[in-house]
Amino acid sequence: MTENVTTENVTNDPIIVCEDVHKWFDDFHVLKGITTSFKKGEKAVICGPSGSGKSTFIRTINRLEEHQRGTIIVDGIELTNDLRNINLIRQEVGMVFQQFNLFPHLSNIKNITLGPMKVRKLSKRQAEEDALALLERMGIADQAYKYPSEVSGGQQQRVAIARALAMEPKIMLFDEPTSALDPEMISEVLDVMRELAHSGMTMLVVTHEMGFAREVADRVMFFDEGVVVEEAAPADFFDNPQHDRTKLFISQTLQH
Amino acid sequence: MLQNPTKPPFWRDVRFLKVLFQVLFLLGVAAMAGFFYANMMSGLRDQGHPLSLSFLRNEAGFEITDGIDFNASDTNLKAFWVGVVNTLRVSILGVFCATVLGFIFGVARLSTNWLIRSIAAIYVEIFRNVPLLLQILFWYALTRSLPRIQESITIADTFFLNVRGFYLPTIAGNAGLSVWLWYLLWGVVSAIIVVLCFAAFRHLSRSSGLEQTDRPSFASNIIFGTKWIAAPVFMTVAIAGWFLSPGQPFEIIVPELQGFNFVGGINLTPEFLGLLVGLTVYTSAYIAEVVRGGIQAVVKGQREAARAVGLTEAQVLLSVVIPQAIPIIVPPLTSQYLNLAKNSSLAIAIGFLDVFHVAQRMMVPTGQTIPLFGMIMVTYLIMSLTTSVFMNWYNRHITRFER
Repeated sequence: MTENVTTENVTNDPIIVCEDVHKWFDDFHVLKGITTSFKKGEKAVICGPSGSGKSTFIRTINRLEEHQRGTIIVDGIELTNDLRNINLIRQEVGMVFQQFNLFPHLSNIKNITLGPMKVRKLSKRQAEEDALALLERMGIADQAYKYPSEVSGGQQQRVAIARALAMEPKIMLFDEPTSALDPEMISEVLDVMRELAHSGMTMLVVTHEMGFAREVADRVMFFDEGVVVEEAAPADFFDNPQHDRTKLFISQTLQH
Repeated sequence: MLQNPTKPPFWRDVRFLKVLFQVLFLLGVAAMAGFFYANMMSGLRDQGHPLSLSFLRNEAGFEITDGIDFNASDTNLKAFWVGVVNTLRVSILGVFCATVLGFIFGVARLSTNWLIRSIAAIYVEIFRNVPLLLQILFWYALTRSLPRIQESITIADTFFLNVRGFYLPTIAGNAGLSVWLWYLLWGVVSAIIVVLCFAAFRHLSRSSGLEQTDRPSFASNIIFGTKWIAAPVFMTVAIAGWFLSPGQPFEIIVPELQGFNFVGGINLTPEFLGLLVGLTVYTSAYIAEVVRGGIQAVVKGQREAARAVGLTEAQVLLSVVIPQAIPIIVPPLTSQYLNLAKNSSLAIAIGFLDVFHVAQRMMVPTGQTIPLFGMIMVTYLIMSLTTSVFMNWYNRHITRFER
C-alpha cells in the first residue's frame, strides 16, 4: 500500500477472499476466474467498461448473483448453497444500488428500520432511534417521514446508504452509486461515502468517479472482459498504467 | 386584423352545436324507448297480462330447501328474497375461498421449487380452460357419489359429509347471552373512559419537556391508548362477564344423526356445494394469474434490495413484494369478483335456487316475465355496484403512496 489518506485504517487481515471465481449467464462467460482478496478497512474502487463484469463481481459477494466455480469467503464464512451462510453474509454486507431501490410503499425511516426490526429483531423504538441518528449523519434527518418519491435523487441515495448501514455491516458494496444522479447531486452522495471511508469501513465501489477513486481508494481494480486486467494503488494506476487496455480506458475517461 | 371579431352566428358556434347534438341524441333515444314501451304494453294488454307487481303477494307454490326456511305456502316476495340471500351466500363465500386459493396458487406459480411451480401451473391451466358450466356439473355429480347418510365421512364427529351435503356445527345464543351483552357494553364504555383519561394525562404531563416536533398529539395519544390500553380493558371485562353470566352465553350445536337425517347445525346442500366449489375453483385459477402478474410487475431491484438487507425469502415477499403488488392486483381482482357473482346464475343447471332460478320458477305461473327480469337485473346491479364502490375505495386507500 502507498501513501494514502485512509491507509491507516487498513489492517492485514483479509475479510473477503475470492479464489478463481467464475460466472456464466447461459453461454456468456461474465467472470473468468477472479482471484483477489480485500483487507479489513480497505477501500477498493472497481472500474472498467460496461459489460466487463465489475457489477456482477460485487453482486456475487452478497450472493445476489451465484458464482458457478471457485470460492468466495466473507469474514470466515464461505458462500455456498447453504441458506444460513447466505443470510449471515447478507447481514454483514451492505449494498447500495445504482437505482437506489428504496421501497416506495414505506417512508424513508421505515425503509431503514425494516431490516433491523425483521432481521436483527430490534424493538421499533430502538430501530427508529438508530435510523434517525443515521439520517442525521447523512444530513437528511428532516426527510425521515417523507416517502422516497417525495425527496430528490441525491437524498434517496443517502437514505439507501443509511438503510444499508442500519444493519451495521462490516463491508459496504456500492454498485455505481452516482450514475443515476443529476450532476449537482453527485457530490452530496460522494461526501457521505468519503465520510464513511474515513470511519474505517471496508468498501468495494464500482464507479466512474475517477476523482473519488484517486482521493479515497487504497487500490483501483480495472476489469475488462471478465478478468482483472490491472490493479494498483491509485497514484500508480492513473499516472503509470502498465497495460495498453488500461491506458486507453484512462485516457478516454479522463479527457473530459 | 381579425376577420370576424364579433360573435359567430349560432350555426357556426361550436359551443352551441355541441349542446344541440346532445339534445337531439337524447330526444332520439327517448323516442325509441317510448315506441318500444308502448309496443310492449299494447302487446301485453292483447295477451291479457298487464304489468303488475301484485303477484309478489301470492303463494309461491314451490319449495326451497337451501338457506332461509321456506315452504310452498310462503309468498313469491319471500321466495325472491330467499333467492337473493342464496346468491349472496354462495357469492360471498366463493369470493373469500377463491381469493385465498388464488393467492396460494399465484405465489406458488413463482416458486423456485419445480414441483410446486408445476402443480400450480397445471391447476391454473386445467381450471381456467374448462367451461365453468361443465365444472359445476362435474362437482355436483361428484357430490352424488358421496356415501349414504349412515356412512358419512366425519371429522371428530362434528363435521359430516354425505350424499345430502355437508353438515357443520353452529353457534346459538343462550339465556346468558343478554347478560353478557351488557357486560360487553360496559367493557366498551369503561375502555373509552380509561383511554380518554390516559390521553389527557399524557398530553398534559409529557408535553412540557419535549421539543415541539417530538410532542405526541392528543390524537396520537388516543391511538396509542386504544392499541395498548383499550383492548386489554375491554378483554378483561368481556372475559370476566363471560364467567359471571348465568350459564354459558353461547352453546355449540353439533349436528346429530336422528333416524334418517341429521338434526341441528348447518347443512350445505349438494347443490350449494357443487356450485360453490365450481365457482371457487374456476375463479381462483384466474385470480392466481392476476396475483402472479401483480407480483411479477414489481421490479427486480426491489427484491434485490430486500435480500441485500438480509431479509429471508418469505420476508421479502410479505414485507416488500406483496404490498407493492396489491395495488396492481386489486382492479383486475375486482372484475373477477364481479364475474363470480354473475356466474353464480349458472345455479339453475344443478337446481340450486339462487335469485335467477327462483325468478325463473315464478315466470310461468305468474306470467310477469318483464318485472321479474327487471328485479333480477336490479339485484345483480346493486351487488356489482356495491362491490365496485368498495373495491375502488380500498384501492384508493392503499395507493396513497406514489410509485
